Amino acid sequence: MNNIIEIVSSPWPWWIAGPAIALLMFALIYFGNSFGFSANFRTICSMFGAGKSCDFFDFDWKKQTWNLVFAIGAILGGFIASQYLSSGDAIALSEKTITELQGYGLENPGADIVPMSIFSFESLFTLKGLIFIVLGGFCVGFGTRYAGGCTSGHAISGLSDLQPASLIAVIGFFIGGLTITYFILPLILPA
Amino acid sequence: MKYFKYLILGTVFGIVLTKAELISWFRIYEMFRFQSFHMYGVIGSAVVLGVIITQIIKRTKMKDAKGEPIVIAPKKLSIWRYLLGGIIFGFGWALTGACPGPMFILAGNGVFVIFVAIASGLLGTFVYGKIRHKLPH
Repeated sequence: MNNIIEIVSSPWPWWIAGPAIALLMFALIYFGNSFGFSANFRTICSMFGAGKSCDFFDFDWKKQTWNLVFAIGAILGGFIASQYLSSGDAIALSEKTITELQGYGLENPGADIVPMSIFSFESLFTLKGLIFIVLGGFCVGFGTRYAGGCTSGHAISGLSDLQPASLIAVIGFFIGGLTITYFILPLILPA
Repeated sequence: MKYFKYLILGTVFGIVLTKAELISWFRIYEMFRFQSFHMYGVIGSAVVLGVIITQIIKRTKMKDAKGEPIVIAPKKLSIWRYLLGGIIFGFGWALTGACPGPMFILAGNGVFVIFVAIASGLLGTFVYGKIRHKLPH
């Protein structure tokens, strides 16, 4: 029994997580829907009445209720995992990553799930907080809808269906992500 | 009750992504610096099994839970919307260290400031909806 608790509470390897995500995708398809999380952003906009001023949000959002419930489940799952299934150990990042981030002035990379010096309400109104949280969030919301999907919709569902459109989107994800990581983060992280 | 199964599936999603550290900003940074196999292993193995599952669905003409034939709609192919939208999403992914699903899961993990990123994401989606006719697709 102690063994099981130990296995569950230690971090799960990629070969558990990857197949589990594919099976979740299958379950959603089997229940007559699809795996695409960012659609919730559009649904919530519509829920708040955005359909009155913009045809893009003028659709029967109630048909997407299942996806909103899935999102509530995701929050719940995050809570359960952090409260009851966590070992509290630091994330086993590669040595290179740790050294690099320390060089940028981040203390104890991996000790928390996110760098708390950036992702906190105290830093929200600093330039760093605005860039990482507000601008970053905006790009995620704008980009996913422009590209018609996020990691779940394109990288997992779309690539699984061998869709060329999704491959282009994933290439775009990496062009954007690499540009920020290689050229912008070295400038703004130490600031 | 109709929606209960989605609550369970969402909960499993949240647990898996938390336990495999996929919601960590650090893991996303590490991925974009090619310093660990972890994220590539997750996405790669999900896609390999996903391709197998999707092929089985199509070749066996599988029916869904209600007995209806499963139809996976193909995405209309073009370049601009996927490339440009993808790049903008990539900017946000590397900055926030999270895509939309992990943002919600992070909230469950107690990183409440992520609600601001979610609100900002909603605004981003709204602005896209407003100006999409002017964008190349």
